[in-house]
Amino acid sequence: MLREYLKIAALGGLVLGIFSGLRNEYLFNVLTMVGLQVLVVIGLSLLMGYAGQVSLGHAAFYGLGAYASGILTTRYGVSPLAGILLAQLFTLSLALVIGVPTLRLRGHYLALATLGLGVIVEIFFKEAVELTGGPSGLVGIPPLSAGGLIFLSFRQTFLLTWILVLLALLLSLHLIHSPWGRALLALHDSEPALRSLGYSIQRLKMGVFLFSVSLATLAGSLYAHFVTFISPYSFTFLHSVKFVTMVVVGGIASLWGAVAGAVFLALLPEVLTHFEDYEVAIFGIILILVMIYSPEGLITALERKLWPYVRSWSTAIPFSGRGPRKSAK
Amino acid sequence: MILELLFSGLVNGAIYALVALGFMIIYSATGVINFAQGEFVMLGAMLTAWLSGRGWPLAAVLPLALTGATLVGVLTERLTIRPAREASPLTLIIITIGVSILLKGVSMFLWGKEPLPVSPFLSGPPFTFFKAALPRQGLLVLSSSTLAFAAVAVFFRYTLWGKAMRACAYNRFGARILGINLSGLTCLSFALSAALSGLAGIVIAPLTFATYDMGTMLGLKGFSAAVFGGLGSAGGALLGGFTLGVLEALAAGYISSAYKDALAFVLLLAVLFVRPEGLFSPERVEKL
Repeated sequence: MLREYLKIAALGGLVLGIFSGLRNEYLFNVLTMVGLQVLVVIGLSLLMGYAGQVSLGHAAFYGLGAYASGILTTRYGVSPLAGILLAQLFTLSLALVIGVPTLRLRGHYLALATLGLGVIVEIFFKEAVELTGGPSGLVGIPPLSAGGLIFLSFRQTFLLTWILVLLALLLSLHLIHSPWGRALLALHDSEPALRSLGYSIQRLKMGVFLFSVSLATLAGSLYAHFVTFISPYSFTFLHSVKFVTMVVVGGIASLWGAVAGAVFLALLPEVLTHFEDYEVAIFGIILILVMIYSPEGLITALERKLWPYVRSWSTAIPFSGRGPRKSAK
Repeated sequence: MILELLFSGLVNGAIYALVALGFMIIYSATGVINFAQGEFVMLGAMLTAWLSGRGWPLAAVLPLALTGATLVGVLTERLTIRPAREASPLTLIIITIGVSILLKGVSMFLWGKEPLPVSPFLSGPPFTFFKAALPRQGLLVLSSSTLAFAAVAVFFRYTLWGKAMRACAYNRFGARILGINLSGLTCLSFALSAALSGLAGIVIAPLTFATYDMGTMLGLKGFSAAVFGGLGSAGGALLGGFTLGVLEALAAGYISSAYKDALAFVLLLAVLFVRPEGLFSPERVEKL
């Protein structure tokens, strides 16, 4: 745990260094967006790595956070902070409705249900023109302000976003190392053993799912206030796939790996601007190659190769999904 | 009006049914939900549009497009599923998602973003029944889908490979003990499933145009139809496909065409909540 605190402190130092040293407003914009995606991916990493479930609709929760905040503040005069809280309430209840029936089933029904929800939400953003502004988007969302503080410049939003990332990391690491987190780890090994200890498997999975939805919604709300303009094209099925790719590249069930994967893949389009149209195909190739040759994730594999002693620190557990294929061999 | 809606619903439903059948074949042979299924439809349609656009005769275009889609299916299995065959179902699902976005990206690179038109295979005025028009191409879609289903039924029932596939769906481990070649079977299931989806793409192309991103929606809807009917049976795929097509057409005609595309996913959620094993399948899903 001490090592984890040191890593968080190191990341915090890096953030402060960038904040005081960097002068380029555009780069702050880019890094803010990277930070928001890291927030989403932290939650998704817990969901995929620890609960062994995948959500193919996290962009929808991200989008619902953005649209709930946007609509509440522009059309109903709600303050940004209250909007963020109401957005949380809304998506969490939606996640409960999706999660209760599907998490009770063995297998990847949550993936299918979140996929369905994702497409419905995407269509809703485009078609409910009076509420969402339709395909042309929602404009004039006020910047985030709370207690006299207004977040106008990207330098400020950068700092806020990354402080939240650090807090989310701290919270997640505590969760992983709590009895609750240990129980989650045991999900991979023996569900009957876990049940005999009095844990409800469904409730454990539900807890992680709600946590990840909450982070995605928060990131979405912040996105809306930072950019002040949102359109349906930022929250499609492809974006959900992108989030999953980030988790996978970094390493399923390795929180730090997921953070690194998110930073790497979020910065990639900035580097490959000439390949804008082929970004999607490149993501596809990365996804396939990583899953075939290094299913534990690139970052985790790299970590293991370069510093063998890191293994004793890292919280990474080998991803061991248990399904019909395995038992059939 | 209702008859006309019914016709268009049946034509779309025939396509969903073919895609659903493709999902079901791969799922029962391997336990994988192949999210690249819709891209095989897109490849069938794009190859048809591209080859016929270069002035090739239909007699050459149709078999080539079908072979092309099948070949991509086989390559998908050999290059991406086979090297990872020890992996968990979650890993395999993510791989097929990767294949799907890769195929989409490549076909955008090859054929561009613009929709490509395809002229109908049969010329002539539409048939009319009780003043409702059914285009000749629509009839062609319906009949080729029906024929394909019949052929698959015969294959499963009477051929050795078909029987092996059913055995494998029933008990993979047992099938292996009996000496069934699982690797070959997996490859065959991808070939068959890609061919069926490719066929769907070929026959629908004249009605909808061919675009590089048409596969995602068709694939997801075919998947909804498959879940709706229960992933385990060809009959379920057929019923699921046609039910979805007709309901969608009725919803578009009487409720709202804007939300027509959402219907398939509302149904998907409803089925997952109420009866996750599918409406037409006797199999029970294991609960925790």
